[in-house]
Amino acid sequence: MDEPNDPQPHGRRRSLLIRHVLPPLVPLVAVLAGAELAVRLGWVESYLLPPPTAVARSLAADWRELSRATVNTAVAAAAGFALSAVVGVAAAVGLASSAWARRAFYPYAVFFQTVPIVAVAPLLVIWVGYGLPTAAAAAFIVSLFPVVANALAGLRATDPALLDLFRLYGAGRAATLLKLRLPAALPQVLTGLRVAGGLAVIGAIVGEFIGGNGSLGDVITSALTQQRNAKVFAAVLLASLLGLGLFGAINAASRLALRNWHASERDVR
Amino acid sequence: MGPPLLNPVPKSLSPAGLTRGVAVQISGVRHVFPGGVEAIRRVDLDIAPGEFVALLGPSGCGKSTLLRLVAGLDEPTAGRVEVDAAAGSDDGRPLDRRADVACVFQDAHLLPWRTALHNAALPLELRGVPSADRLSAAAAALAAVGLGGAEHRYPAQLSGGMRMRVSIARALVTRPRLLLMDEPFAALDEITRQRLDDLLRRLWADTGATVLFVTHSTQEAVFLATRAVVMSGRPGRVVLDRPIDLPRERSADLRADVAFARHAGAVYAALERGEAVPA
Ligand SMILES: Nc1ncnc2c1ncn2[C@@H]1O[C@H](COP(=O)(O)OP(=O)(O)OP(=O)(O)O)[C@@H](O)[C@H]1O
Ligand SMILES: [Mg+2]
Repeated sequence: MDEPNDPQPHGRRRSLLIRHVLPPLVPLVAVLAGAELAVRLGWVESYLLPPPTAVARSLAADWRELSRATVNTAVAAAAGFALSAVVGVAAAVGLASSAWARRAFYPYAVFFQTVPIVAVAPLLVIWVGYGLPTAAAAAFIVSLFPVVANALAGLRATDPALLDLFRLYGAGRAATLLKLRLPAALPQVLTGLRVAGGLAVIGAIVGEFIGGNGSLGDVITSALTQQRNAKVFAAVLLASLLGLGLFGAINAASRLALRNWHASERDVR
Repeated sequence: MGPPLLNPVPKSLSPAGLTRGVAVQISGVRHVFPGGVEAIRRVDLDIAPGEFVALLGPSGCGKSTLLRLVAGLDEPTAGRVEVDAAAGSDDGRPLDRRADVACVFQDAHLLPWRTALHNAALPLELRGVPSADRLSAAAAALAAVGLGGAEHRYPAQLSGGMRMRVSIARALVTRPRLLLMDEPFAALDEITRQRLDDLLRRLWADTGATVLFVTHSTQEAVFLATRAVVMSGRPGRVVLDRPIDLPRERSADLRADVAFARHAGAVYAALERGEAVPA
């Protein structure tokens, strides 16, 4: 929508910068400065908390290894996430189709949520193999439930009046699902995916603690055993950025999908 | 008679010429909701093909419930609702519920992820009408309700009254033989409302559809209908069933007519009486 009383796009861009980019930078800079000072002034031992400058040096020094590890972890997390998106929505459609199916299978979906992934990871290595398969499988397991739970809630909340309308016009099950129930559930599905994205990164890294191969998880474990804390922090930082990136991508997709109709994505500045 | 409305109509939809209404027979209908609320005590109504019936009554008396029963969305607790297509049609074509019955609910109930055009085209889409046909029919229906320029807007970008008109266009797009409308114009301003009253009258005259129209306005009921039915407060019963024998061609000055006032007065009196009936 145009805003007639905001004449220069130039000024608008600057205000956008001030409103959206600046706020999260303030606590970041404050915390980094605080940490640096705390170590420099000797309040905290540097083996307990590596100063931010040391982390930055490690990032630069180990960049080849760290960047390759980040890519590997990203691939594993994205693969697990994509699988749980597809399987999760399909499972939710199945569960939404009948009360019997829900009673029979929903408990096992909940079970997925409570799987202690650290304990299962060694088994995953045996089942699916070292490296990417284990990391992706772990990412899949931890990110599946939020997709199923949210998609199911969305599918079950279809406006009964719209269901009546489709019934009146003789729509079959398939048409009702594709043209009504799934689109109506989209906001909840996207909420589930947003939660799943962050979890998938965590799941992949935990999988890599055990069965990793040149990825962030095992960079972290080996750096820990070598007591290279700055490198640990550098890897953790990259993992967080990865999670943030996935979250941002899902948010962008969500905006694109919902911008016309859903209140949560209506243009608010 | 004005220019032809709602053209072009997909050929796959209706044979050329009159659509012809269907007969509706409501006999001994009682409806009790699962919670134990008795919405309708007993309603008998024989609606002939092509009649325009206005249904009035105090809030909560079961008008919407009755409409749902006629639409086949709910089953009555007792009694029967029969929609008989053969009675009114020249070719004895059996009723195709998907095409022949249309409903405008009390709220617009649009799909928020679809533009006005694609919302209006929905009933045709669900029947498998080819895209070009259904979109041109939907555009014509939108133009008929005065939304010619708003085809590509989403429901969230429309006012309440505009959304309601999209909902009306969606009901008209199939050229239904039975049109069920639940206070469709309640959310509209006076001018738009009278324009749509006129449109509905012409449409009804054009297609010969049977219309069952719920309204709270005695004026609107008398202006539109060939018959006014007034229900009592819950549980609903029929307290007045009155033919409105005004000329078939109705214009705005009819509202100043003595006969018009007489009918409106009778309907109003029945509403007052119905209100007084103890539940
Ligand atoms: N699904 C339901 N379950 C239980 N009771 C219901 C249900 N739907 C409607 N009722 C009750 O049935 C009665 C009739 O409702 P209905 O919606 O038919 O009234 P109405 O005549 O259309 O009223 P209004 O003019 O306010 O739209 C009301 O008392 C209402 O509370
Ligand atoms: Mg009602």
